[in-house]
Amino acid sequence: MSMLVALPTPLPIRHGVVDREGWLAVAQDVLAGGGRLVSLWGSSSAGAEGARAAHAAYAFSFESGLAWIELPLAPGEGYPDLAPLFPAAARLQRAARDLDGIQATDAADTRPWLDHGLWGAEGDAAGALPADYAFVRVQGEGVHEIAVGPVHAGIIEPGHFRFSVVGEKVLRLEERLGYKHKGIARRFTELPALEAHRLAGRVSGDSTVAYAWAYCMALEAAAGCAVPARAAWLRALLLERERVANHLGDLGALGNDAAFALGLAQFARLREDWQRLSMALFGHRFMMDRIVPGGVAVDLDAEGRRRLLAQCDALEPELRQLRHIYDEHAGLQDRFIGTGRVTPQLAAQLGLTGLAGRASAQTWDLRCAPSLPPYDGLNVNMATHRNGDVAARVSVRFDELLESLRLLRLLCLGLPEGSLRAEALSLPAGAARGAGWVEGWRGEVFVALELDAGAIRRCHCHDPSWQNWPVLEHAVIGNIVPDFPLINKSFNLSYAGHDL
Amino acid sequence: MWRILRQIARTGIVSEPAPEVTLEPSAEAGRIQQALLQILGRALCIREVDAGSCNGCELELHALNNPYYNLEGLGIKFVASPRHADMLLVTGPVSRHMAEALRRSYEATPEPRLVLAVGDCGCDGGIFGERSAAHCGRVANVIPVDLTVPGCPPPPLEILRAILTAVQRQHQHR
Repeated sequence: MSMLVALPTPLPIRHGVVDREGWLAVAQDVLAGGGRLVSLWGSSSAGAEGARAAHAAYAFSFESGLAWIELPLAPGEGYPDLAPLFPAAARLQRAARDLDGIQATDAADTRPWLDHGLWGAEGDAAGALPADYAFVRVQGEGVHEIAVGPVHAGIIEPGHFRFSVVGEKVLRLEERLGYKHKGIARRFTELPALEAHRLAGRVSGDSTVAYAWAYCMALEAAAGCAVPARAAWLRALLLERERVANHLGDLGALGNDAAFALGLAQFARLREDWQRLSMALFGHRFMMDRIVPGGVAVDLDAEGRRRLLAQCDALEPELRQLRHIYDEHAGLQDRFIGTGRVTPQLAAQLGLTGLAGRASAQTWDLRCAPSLPPYDGLNVNMATHRNGDVAARVSVRFDELLESLRLLRLLCLGLPEGSLRAEALSLPAGAARGAGWVEGWRGEVFVALELDAGAIRRCHCHDPSWQNWPVLEHAVIGNIVPDFPLINKSFNLSYAGHDL
Repeated sequence: MWRILRQIARTGIVSEPAPEVTLEPSAEAGRIQQALLQILGRALCIREVDAGSCNGCELELHALNNPYYNLEGLGIKFVASPRHADMLLVTGPVSRHMAEALRRSYEATPEPRLVLAVGDCGCDGGIFGERSAAHCGRVANVIPVDLTVPGCPPPPLEILRAILTAVQRQHQHR
C-alpha cells in the first residue's frame, strides 16, 4: 500500500491509494484491530470510459482517526467484496453499483438497491411501478407476509417493509429503501462548491447542521482553510442544539408509540420551545444554512447567550421530572424493556453505530476523540448502555440530552472572541480532496469531497443509517408486530439520508 | 401517577389561538372546487404523502400536532389512509420511485379533494432542481395541486394558515 497522506482537517483523516491486494489487506487489518467501516462508495468520471474507483473509509481507533482508501479500477474491472468482513458493506456495494457502475466481485447479494429501474423514466414509463424486487420468502406452515409501504400510515418517510410472521411473531423483516432517491450525488456536481453546503444541509432535514458542518469541513480541508475559533464554537453550539431538538422529539414519540400520549404532548411542547428560540437567535427553526464554508453565518451576543442559558436552566428540571415519569410508568417500562434487543456482540459484528450503537455498548462518539475543536476542551461524557433494547436507547437519549445541556452552557460561557468566517477561502486550481466527519445526533456523518479546478467532481455523503438499517432487521426478530413501530422509532433512522 | 398529575397541572393549557387568515382569492385558490366546499364542514382529514423530501417538512407537520398549534383542537387531523382524507398534503420534489405511489394516493382520495404542496421542493423542486433523471420536480408535475406553501421548510404557522385558508374559504361559501 502506498503511504497515507494526511488531509488538512482539524481531525486526523488520511488518504491513500491501494491495489486489489491492499484493498483487502487494509480491511482485514481494520477488522483485526477492532476498527469499523465508516463508508464505502464509488466514483466515476463523465462518460462510459471515464476513470472509476472504489473508495472505503475506516475508523481504526479514536486516536488514529479515519483512513480514506481508494482503489482505482480499469474499465469493467471489479473490486474485492468487503461484505464477508463488514456486513454493512453489502448494501453500500449494491448502491455503488447502481450509482457508479462499479461491481464487487463475488458479492453474495447482487440485487439493485437504490435503483428501482425508473431513473429517467418519461412518457409511458413514467407511470410504471418500480420493478419487482426479489424479497427473500419465508416458507412454512402458518407463515404469512405483511407488506407495508412505501406510503406509511402516518407522517413518515417512504420505504417498504416486508414482514414474514407467524401469528404476531416476526420471523423475518426485509427492508427495501431507495424511494427517496433524488440524485443528490449528481446534483452536487451541478452546484458551485461554495454554495453546495446548502444541498448538504438538505440531505437529511433533521441533521442539517451535522451535514453542513461535515461538508464545510471537507471543503475547507480541500482548500487548506482554517476556521476561526469563534466559528468552531458556534458550530458546536448549533450541533448540540440540533441534538437536543431531535432527542426531545424522539422521547415524545417513543412515549406515544407505547400509548402514553402525555409523553408526546410534553416533549413536543419542549421541542417547540427549543425550536422557537433557534428561530429567534439564529433565524431558522432547524438552523439550516447557518454553517457556511469558512465559518458560520450567525453570531451570538450577550443577550442571546443569556436567553440560551436560561432555556437550558428551564429545560433541565423538566427533563429530570419527565425521566422520573417515564421510569416509574409501569406500562411504558413493560413495552420498553427487552424489546428490540441488539446484543453488544451482534452490534459489533454488524457495525451498529451512533446513538443506537452506544445503547449496545459500542463506545464510539466523535465528540470524545479524536477530538474536534472545541470538543477537545470540553471532556464530553459518552452515554452508553449494554442492554441494547428500546429502554437502553431511551436511556441513552436522556443521558445525551443532559450532557448536551452541560456542553451548551460551556459553549455559551466560553465562546471566544474573534471573527465568524475565515478571511478568504480560495478553491484550489487543480484537483483536490477533503473529508468531513461529524458526530450528528443519530451518529457519525461523513462527507468525502473531490474537487477539480474548483468544481465538484464527486461529493459522497454518508449517513449512519446505512449501518443501522440492516441491524433493525435483526432487532425485530422474535418480537411482535405491534412492537415494530416502537423498535423502529427507538432507532429513528433516516430514509432521506440513506436514499440520497 | 402523582408526578403525572402534577406535570399536567403545572404545564396548564399552552395552546395558542389559530392564525388569522386572509380570504382574498388567489389564482391558485380558484381551483378549489365548489363541491368540496359544500361537503366539508370545519373538520378536515389530511393524508400526508412524503414524495421525496429531506424530512424537514415532516418535522414541521409533526409540530402542528403539538399543544401550541393544537391542530386537532381545530378539527383538523392527519389520517392513515388517503381513502379517509379530504386533503392530500404532499412534500418533496417527487422522486421517480414515489411518482406512482403518489398518483395512486391521489386516485384513492375521494373527490372532491384538495391538494396542498408544502415546501419549496414541492412548489418548484427547490434546491434539487426543476427535474432530473431521479426526480420529477414539483408536485404539480405529477398530480394537480390546489395550493402551494413555500418555505424551506415552511414554519408550522404558515402550513396551518394555508390549511385554514382552504377550510375557512370553503366555510364562507356555504
